[in-house]
Amino acid sequence: MIAALAFYVFAFILVASAVMVVTARNPVHSVLFLILAFFNASALFLLAGAEFLAMILVIVYVGAVAVLFLFVVMMLDIDFARLREGFQRYAPIGAIIGGILFLELLLVLAGWRFTDMAADLRLAPVPNGPVSNTAALGRLLYTDYVFLFQASGLILLVAMIGAIVLTHRERVGTRRQVIADQVSRSGSVVLTQVAIGAGISPDSILRPPPKDAPKAVEHHDAHGHGGHH
Amino acid sequence: MNWTLALPEILLAVSGLVILLSCVIPKQDTAYAGSMAVIGALLGAAVLVMMQDEGTAFSGQYIADPFGRFMKLLCLAGAAATLLLAIDFNEREKLARFEFPLLALFATTGMMVMISANDLMAVYIGLELLSLPLYVIAAFNRDNGRSAEAGLKYFVLGALASGLLLYGTSLVYGFAGSTNFDKLALAFAPGQPVSAGVVVGLVFVIAGLAFKASAVPFHMWTPDVYEGAPTPVTAFFAAAPKVAAIALIVRVLTGPFADLSDQWQQVLLLVSAASMLLGSFAAIGQRNIKRLMAYSSIGHVGYALMGLAVDTDVGVRGVLVYMAIYLIMNVGTFAVLVSMRRQGKAVELIDDLAGLGKTHPGTAMWMAIFMFSMAGVPPLAGFFGKLYVFLAAMQAGYLWLALIGVGTSVIGGYYYLRVIKVMYFDSTEEPLDAPTPGVGLVMAGSGLFNVLFILWPAPLIGAAQLAVAALVG
Repeated sequence: MIAALAFYVFAFILVASAVMVVTARNPVHSVLFLILAFFNASALFLLAGAEFLAMILVIVYVGAVAVLFLFVVMMLDIDFARLREGFQRYAPIGAIIGGILFLELLLVLAGWRFTDMAADLRLAPVPNGPVSNTAALGRLLYTDYVFLFQASGLILLVAMIGAIVLTHRERVGTRRQVIADQVSRSGSVVLTQVAIGAGISPDSILRPPPKDAPKAVEHHDAHGHGGHH
Repeated sequence: MNWTLALPEILLAVSGLVILLSCVIPKQDTAYAGSMAVIGALLGAAVLVMMQDEGTAFSGQYIADPFGRFMKLLCLAGAAATLLLAIDFNEREKLARFEFPLLALFATTGMMVMISANDLMAVYIGLELLSLPLYVIAAFNRDNGRSAEAGLKYFVLGALASGLLLYGTSLVYGFAGSTNFDKLALAFAPGQPVSAGVVVGLVFVIAGLAFKASAVPFHMWTPDVYEGAPTPVTAFFAAAPKVAAIALIVRVLTGPFADLSDQWQQVLLLVSAASMLLGSFAAIGQRNIKRLMAYSSIGHVGYALMGLAVDTDVGVRGVLVYMAIYLIMNVGTFAVLVSMRRQGKAVELIDDLAGLGKTHPGTAMWMAIFMFSMAGVPPLAGFFGKLYVFLAAMQAGYLWLALIGVGTSVIGGYYYLRVIKVMYFDSTEEPLDAPTPGVGLVMAGSGLFNVLFILWPAPLIGAAQLAVAALVG
């Protein structure tokens, strides 16, 4: 009884927040409703006994994807009002195409029937005995499908290499830390006795020397600052 | 679990990671060393492929058989040869970065996964592992607008094709209950009724795969991508991935869907005839030789698919022989195209070849051989490739298809011969630069194969026969 009640509550909030994602005027609100939808979907997973998927949904989708969305929405200057401009004009044709697709789906579903041998052909049957679904999924991913799992990993690596190849540029004139030079440096470091309690005067902040000036280390006066170059 | 069966793939993947690390860390230029290491890894994988046992591994997702061996050796050889062509070109065009051979290596790994796929999921994963590096290397010359455009076009259309393939896969899975090829073959055994959902799914799968092989009507990306991408990348596209895509089509259609041949045969007949026609007619007006090669490759895919469309053992053997010969003559032709530069600057118009017969008689001779072979003039290898598929079509009673093939070969002969005419009978003031030794080696090897194939065709035919026996029997 309680489970059924919880299901309807979560399902209602899920559908309602999904509608709000699409209709909210403020894109930030859309993303926040999306997060709410993820949470409710994960609650539904919990009710169905799939605790691993529930946790993954929260960790991956809420933790990473939704926050990324939020970043994108806030960083990019997208004029959502302009995006919605043609809505009235294109709504009828969209509705017609959607309706046709829906009818086709209905036709396919009406003709749906399992092959006689469907039960024997099942690739990943429910494991016998008391296996938690984390263990069952782990067994599938890392034992049965390890080949595809590793190949997918390679695809992600390729995507990373590709992104770097196509976008990374060596810029001239950037300053890099060269640790070996820093460590092997000697003779240019000077210890000076600074007047105690003199403080740091406003004009003693280090500034990069003017371009054509010699790069020699300069110590101003008795007010010296004790900074090392 | 018999994971040692997949040793060639594992070797390629692991050496890819090692090469990546050892090329990233040093501060100096590692492009040449990277290329050589990748070619070495490809040859090592080829040795492992030859020593590979037969059987299935990874709970039936991976299969090693003579068909896979034949196709994998072709892909590895094609990839290694095109990388060899790329070294010098990239150096001169200031594209020499180690990521190029590395991405080609991962693409080749994807091809091997595809060829060995025994599961629709493995098909998809292999296809993506192949496609993703290809999108990147198409845009490798990123400061060139055409190259970037090629990469973007290929990416958008490729993503669409992947979507079609996945949709088809999901339909097949939904209606048949499995993605494993062996189990699918059971589900579609002759006694079983075929639901419309499976047929729709099958058509979508064929569409997704035909895109990768650039068969009509999924060819639209080919000319633009071939023209825009750097020439060695075009060479790579036209060689190994095409062989892998054809191999995958053959494996999927003669494996799990063998008993649905009534359903897919008509699709393939149409695709084959349309590819041959478009490949020959659209190429006539081309002035850019890379675009010409794009249409030529569309036509060649049509000829190769003819063997599969007639659905006989002889036909499938014809496909394998055709792809082997196509690969070798294509690599040779692109060796000539890669070496086309005038005063250090790459050129790619057919008219730029003018006078080649006088200035570089050796290169011109090989190019003439490749063009005659592509046109299917006896006694060169290209003639035999066509002969086997045409004979298979006639034996299976598809005389009209063979006649279209012969007709389009004649039309194709026009533009291949035009290249030869430009080389020998047109004159020029500015001769092209001489090709480098590495490129000359690839030209000579491929040219000799084309000339000498008639003397000793048995090894290739025999290997193809063995591969087909494993696939069909």
